[in-house]
Amino acid sequence: MSSYFLDHLQYLETEAIHVMREVAAEFERPALLFSGGKDSICLLRLAEKAFRPSEIPMPFLNIDTGHHFPELNEFRDRRAKELRGKLIVRTVEDALAKGIAVQAPGQVSRNHLQIPTLLAAIEEYRFDCCIGGARRDEEKARAKERFFSFRDSFGQWDPKNQRPEIWNLYNARINQGENMRVFPLSNWTEMDVWEYIRKENLEVPSIYFSHPRQCVRRLGQWLPVNDLVPPKPGEQVEELIVRVRTIGDIISTGCVESPAMSVDDIIAETSIARVTERGSRADDKASEAAMEDRKKAGYF
Amino acid sequence: MSVPLHHPVDLLRFNTCGSVDDGKSTLIGRLLYDSKSLMDDQVEALERSADLTGGGQINLANLTDGLRAEREQGITIDVAYRYFATPRRKFIIADTPGHVQYTRNMVTGASSANLSVVLVDARLGIIEQSRRHACIASLLRIPHLVVAVNKMDLVNYSEERFIEIRDQFEEFLPRLSLRDVKCIPVSALDGDNVVDPSKNMPWYSGPTLLSHLEDVHIGSDYNLKAFRLPVQWVNRPNNPSNPALHDFRGLSGQIAGGIIRVGQPVMVLPSGFSSVVKEILTPEGSVSEAFAPQSVTIVLEHDIDVSRGDMIVDPELLPGCSKELHAKICWLHPRPLECGKKFLLKHTTQTVQAAVTTIEHRINITNLNPENGVSELAMNDIGEVRIATSGPVVFDGYAANRLTGSFILIEPGTNTTVGAGMLFHPTEVARPEYKDFVI
Repeated sequence: MSSYFLDHLQYLETEAIHVMREVAAEFERPALLFSGGKDSICLLRLAEKAFRPSEIPMPFLNIDTGHHFPELNEFRDRRAKELRGKLIVRTVEDALAKGIAVQAPGQVSRNHLQIPTLLAAIEEYRFDCCIGGARRDEEKARAKERFFSFRDSFGQWDPKNQRPEIWNLYNARINQGENMRVFPLSNWTEMDVWEYIRKENLEVPSIYFSHPRQCVRRLGQWLPVNDLVPPKPGEQVEELIVRVRTIGDIISTGCVESPAMSVDDIIAETSIARVTERGSRADDKASEAAMEDRKKAGYF
Repeated sequence: MSVPLHHPVDLLRFNTCGSVDDGKSTLIGRLLYDSKSLMDDQVEALERSADLTGGGQINLANLTDGLRAEREQGITIDVAYRYFATPRRKFIIADTPGHVQYTRNMVTGASSANLSVVLVDARLGIIEQSRRHACIASLLRIPHLVVAVNKMDLVNYSEERFIEIRDQFEEFLPRLSLRDVKCIPVSALDGDNVVDPSKNMPWYSGPTLLSHLEDVHIGSDYNLKAFRLPVQWVNRPNNPSNPALHDFRGLSGQIAGGIIRVGQPVMVLPSGFSSVVKEILTPEGSVSEAFAPQSVTIVLEHDIDVSRGDMIVDPELLPGCSKELHAKICWLHPRPLECGKKFLLKHTTQTVQAAVTTIEHRINITNLNPENGVSELAMNDIGEVRIATSGPVVFDGYAANRLTGSFILIEPGTNTTVGAGMLFHPTEVARPEYKDFVI
């Protein structure tokens, strides 16, 4: 093999940087969606690398459901500060109060309420593009997603009418009021994300590592017990050594029993894992087309 | 817990093409299943849908058909991407469906592929569809091709039949510009020669599909001869906290060809200004050399006018530069291509206005012969055209460089991507106005 060779992480990195610079060059008001989760941590490092020595030329946006793990928000705020970035947080709480989002009766999850909250934030700041950390390996409907994913003026995704993406030529053109979602990590897998975190020595929120936590068994998974998820009558609360593989809301993110204390441990665990990471997300199990439906409505 | 040994692993991108019933999704499902790339909950989801809709039969094709309409109609609408890894390599599969929009989808899925797998039904042999797939792979200059002769179980694993099909394909080969072709007899349904060698075909001593995918040499798939850097973004720090950065002016982009070293003379096109490389920044930091396809930021010795859409090139190996282009174009939109209509042409990092002035002929994609007397190109047609642009385009022939030799056409107003183009070699190299201008 010649010395002019990129390993798989270098290839994915160079591709993601190309996509990010394309956004900076083609859009007037882009934003970078940053939750503090592992995918957006990689996204942030890629943005640093794409634009240095300049600072990242776009604000960070997070939609807070109010059901976030507190560890995550603390991490998000600190990281944004370290990078001297402008962090914009819009909350579902606020959207509910303003009537932008309406909770269906009996519905506890706020996952779907992120959609109107995000669309309102896009409108408020007139963002023409949002960079997100979604990956195609996460879910079947995501496997058909483009790097540059066009959204109409209602924020909708039309899977049957996507722009063909050919070579590395991205069509970034939109009309007034329309929007683009761009996913530089499209070709990354869960394993690639952890390997990149190891290679770049990136800090991640503590809940990715094993810690003792009170859990209840519900719908085949371990849910963390807290104010929003009290144990139901007859449910046994157990203290387990767990960690999270993917971070959604505190009410729907299952914990997995794991002794993984370091990124190396997580990589070793991921390489022998027998369940996909989204397997621990109740929001995706709702129906076979759960993700497809949310994406059509304007989800990330 | 022990840490798995980790050594450099590279990445192979391939696409699979076949017609509706030749078992393409099953082959991908088999590849994922036998390489243990499927997770328990994916298998569980398969079983769940098998109970509901499949009469209890697990359908490996359901793994790749992600959208509701696809599952309902049993078809694949669009290009889907799948990921799997072995200890040797990581793989990205672009699964391109074989029905009506096949050309459009295959062009999309295959444009960035190192390798194409063409599926052939062993009972039917090389049919028109197979020739079409091979022709598109050839037009797109995909470096490697695998002909997977599937359903060998239905022809009694016959060596004679396999040789017959291989000969049919080889007869057709001289017309194509394919460099590396491999035929492999498989049975996707039972897994013969997909991941594990077949016990039913002891006469076959070649590699299984997976071991071929792991071994095929892709190191030279990028052009490393002529340096090309399309300028994507000009990096000028805004109010930098570090005073040393006040005068920093970097030129960012992904190297589309060749190798660049500090101290090397370069030329900026179309202007023709010359300079010398002062510094190269890669994701790994400041380096003395960089190569395609790295994303870099370059600082030049001289403060010359460079902006997005310009190309920094090796002055010894100049590309073409013209407002009149000659290309093969694949039409992607239901509204046919007509001469004279204005489009936006995006080539590397620049976008110019363009109109097709002449459709010279359509290319028959089952034998690559020209078909004359054509006034328009319909969706899925490939034709040879002449294009006039509003500004100069700096380019190479697609055969020499896929990144500087390709473009897309965008319809103004709807902003839809309507065409994918591959340029012919320039008839003359760039002769910029300021070529002798030395600062």
